[in-house]
Amino acid sequence: MLDIDAIGKSFDGVPAVREASFTVGLGEMICLLGPSGCGKSTLLRVISGLTTADQGAIRIDGVDVTAMQANRRPTAMVFQSHALWNHMTVAQNVGFGLRVRGLPKAEIAAKTAAVLDLVGLGGFAARLPSELSGGQAQRVALARCLVVEPKVLLMDEPFSALDAHLRKNLREELKSLQRRLKLTTIFVTHDQEEAMELADRIVIMRAGRVEQVGAPGELYLCPRTLGVAQFIGSMNTCTTQIAMGRADWFGLSLAAPYADGEVAVLNRPEDMQLDRRGAPARVVRVVDLGPVMRVDLITAAGDLLTWTCLRTQAPGIGDDVRLMPQRLHFYRNETLLGTVDIPVPSNGRQEALG
Amino acid sequence: MTRRPPYGGIAILLAMALAMVGPILSVILWAFAEKWRYPHLLPTEWGLKYWEVILGRPTTIGPIVTSLELTSIATTLAAVICWPAAYAFARLSFPGRQLLLFSFIAAQAVPKFALFVSIAVIFLQLGLVGTFWGVVLVQMLSAVLYMIWIPTAAFRGIPRALEDAAFDLGASRLRVFWSITLPQALPALAASYILAFVSILFEVDSALLIGAPEVTTMPLMLLSLSAQVIVQEAAVVCVMIWIPCFILMLLTRRFMTSKGIAQGFGA
Repeated sequence: MLDIDAIGKSFDGVPAVREASFTVGLGEMICLLGPSGCGKSTLLRVISGLTTADQGAIRIDGVDVTAMQANRRPTAMVFQSHALWNHMTVAQNVGFGLRVRGLPKAEIAAKTAAVLDLVGLGGFAARLPSELSGGQAQRVALARCLVVEPKVLLMDEPFSALDAHLRKNLREELKSLQRRLKLTTIFVTHDQEEAMELADRIVIMRAGRVEQVGAPGELYLCPRTLGVAQFIGSMNTCTTQIAMGRADWFGLSLAAPYADGEVAVLNRPEDMQLDRRGAPARVVRVVDLGPVMRVDLITAAGDLLTWTCLRTQAPGIGDDVRLMPQRLHFYRNETLLGTVDIPVPSNGRQEALG
Repeated sequence: MTRRPPYGGIAILLAMALAMVGPILSVILWAFAEKWRYPHLLPTEWGLKYWEVILGRPTTIGPIVTSLELTSIATTLAAVICWPAAYAFARLSFPGRQLLLFSFIAAQAVPKFALFVSIAVIFLQLGLVGTFWGVVLVQMLSAVLYMIWIPTAAFRGIPRALEDAAFDLGASRLRVFWSITLPQALPALAASYILAFVSILFEVDSALLIGAPEVTTMPLMLLSLSAQVIVQEAAVVCVMIWIPCFILMLLTRRFMTSKGIAQGFGA
């Protein structure tokens, strides 16, 4: 449906996007996720045609649109700042794309009304943008794009200026609307929760490059680069050496079936269990997150370690515990070597404290 | 603890108000006074005698009409030239942009009279001295500062995303300018027009050097009136001119928040 093929873009010699490639399927929702300045917004603007790429090609339905200006492309973009025209009413804003296409007045009115109903703003046609709340304004901005029936809908951090609660509601609405209308959508965000919730697949960008493309669960369970691992969710990081197939993990010697040399060993805070064979650590802080507890520990060597556990498992501050990792990701030169799962011993109950 | 009213501030405010409104008030009083001699605080005889005198004298009405024509044409021409230039300053980048923009201020720093003398010399060779269009041309200079700086800031203040959104939805560049950029900038453009209009209307030096005596503008006529020491006549003309200008300025108030003005001067 949409092919992004080795797109490159520099500003004054500073590369913003480097050789970015991925494809988007019909009706698929893709999130471009990355820290600010990673080039995700630039890439989105390149897809829209508002920015011209230095290299690479963009194809929509097999048609090369790289040389096409933004006003000719079958894309429509929702901006972070909603960018509504405050000298026009809501209906005039929404109808603008149809007016420039020269549609008859009656048809414009009918389509505008229909799309406003779709975003739940049926009674707002005569309002001015200044009379709308932030959430309503973004819905109008969305309606303004939907009404021209774009082949690809582009959204540039549309909810980032809204408060958390509203953001969550709009997100859910957008997702159900997108599913219902089978909208091919690219959504830019720096909020990984937003990306996980919305996306069919996430494209992780870092320093202008596409680091990994995958379904949310895939990225979480199997981050292919150190960057992705550290960006998605949180990780405990242990920098250590592999020697003769074994590595020292916070004082615990574990099997590491890789070539000798330096590695970064990462694991999720929830992928640990109390185990008397585990690495010793002392609890320095316990944070009640509601459904789970976050326990900050300090190891014998003075490294920090975070463990997420059930309420019932939580130790007290100052307690000495032993923790056994269950899944470890090994990285060398920023790239994943492999993942090692450590089976939980089957002999029932494990000694916790002491 | 109750807060003491800021007496000092109120006093300063009143003093400033008096300094600003006082002269205008006195002009208005003079326009309707037939006798007003020291030590009376107010005129002793009121009347419209001098209004009749002024309105019945073609040498007074003529310059007013000339001035209004001149000013309308000069301001409109300046707008046609300056507004597109302002858009270019705001949206396009070209070599020497900042320098050029700054040069409009530099021109204001020169004593105007000296500037007009040198222009008069050139105009003399071109045969423009003493002609209506010669005055129009030189009057346009007075408009440039308002007509460039305020619109430039206005165009620059329009978020790019507004234009991008329209272009992205299929509008041509021209359509974007016409439907989005222009309406967004309109309040500031109107304000710049009115400010320029008023400043041209009251411009004396250039009209004196380029226009006189063939082209007599309203300020020149005022000068001659005040030379004859008939205070009332000058006051009547002042009030006649002041009222429409004041209404115009009130109109701009709608467009000109203090923020708008500050933006106009690059704040």
